[in-house]
Amino acid sequence: MKNKIRRYSVLGLLTAVALVLSYVEAILPPIWSAVPGIKIGLPNIIIIFVLYKTGLKDAITVSAIRLFLVALLFGNAMTLAYSAAGAILSLSLMTLCKKLNLFSTVGVSIVGGVAHNLGQILVAMAIFETSQIGYYMLVLAVTGTVAGIFVGIAASIIIKRFEKIKI
Amino acid sequence: MKNNNSQKNRKIRNDIILAVAIIFIAAAGLLLFVLNREEGSMVSVKIDGKQTASYPLAENTEVPIITGENNEHINILTIKDGKASISEADCPDKICVETRPVSFVGETVVCLPHKLVIEITNENADGGLDAAV
Repeated sequence: MKNKIRRYSVLGLLTAVALVLSYVEAILPPIWSAVPGIKIGLPNIIIIFVLYKTGLKDAITVSAIRLFLVALLFGNAMTLAYSAAGAILSLSLMTLCKKLNLFSTVGVSIVGGVAHNLGQILVAMAIFETSQIGYYMLVLAVTGTVAGIFVGIAASIIIKRFEKIKI
Repeated sequence: MKNNNSQKNRKIRNDIILAVAIIFIAAAGLLLFVLNREEGSMVSVKIDGKQTASYPLAENTEVPIITGENNEHINILTIKDGKASISEADCPDKICVETRPVSFVGETVVCLPHKLVIEITNENADGGLDAAV
């Protein structure tokens, strides 16, 4: 019972941190306005941490609550569709890569970042019924990789610091 | 411990291979894209996936584009010096306004909140006028 309360409290805290990171990212000026959608993906630090620390189920919970709250606070139904597609694809491929045991946290994070962009581009293609925006993906793949490296390093540092602390 | 370390090194090596592979493929794709692009002659306006109008890039002009279920949204399409851009909009994020002017075939300016895409095409002027009717 005590462990359960502790776990839920920690997951709640982590969701709040992810939400704050989403907000920080939302108020940052666009990095390169010619290609919308370039982001660092700061909340993914938390998602990766949860994925490694307590597993997929909790990562899905934190990710879903964060998505819903972000849409409620700073977005709308439309932005929810984009971020949900990005998050689902990102989390699925990160889980797969973690299971394959081929990459470190950084590699998993790169896959997550690029997959997030890919999910959003696919939804944009479906909504606009045009494949012409597909070339954005080429730029986003590069920025997603670079962002993924930094997010992965940050996540691995946090995972290491919390190694002895049980959630 | 040694085993653990070699596994760690192998993973870091794989990370680097992954990052280099993605960047290489994307760079090759972008290079192909840049080499194959051509200047367009028309700009077509798509609202919610449906083409509603098109204008020649040769004529400098400013056109208001009204979108939304109750015609509540507006974007101003500006064509100047053979390039098309959105110069004004009442969307919340203004990403379309910040997007640089486009002139190559297939290039787009997108306004996500208004479900608006303007896209450069190279259909001939006659076809473009037909489409505008």
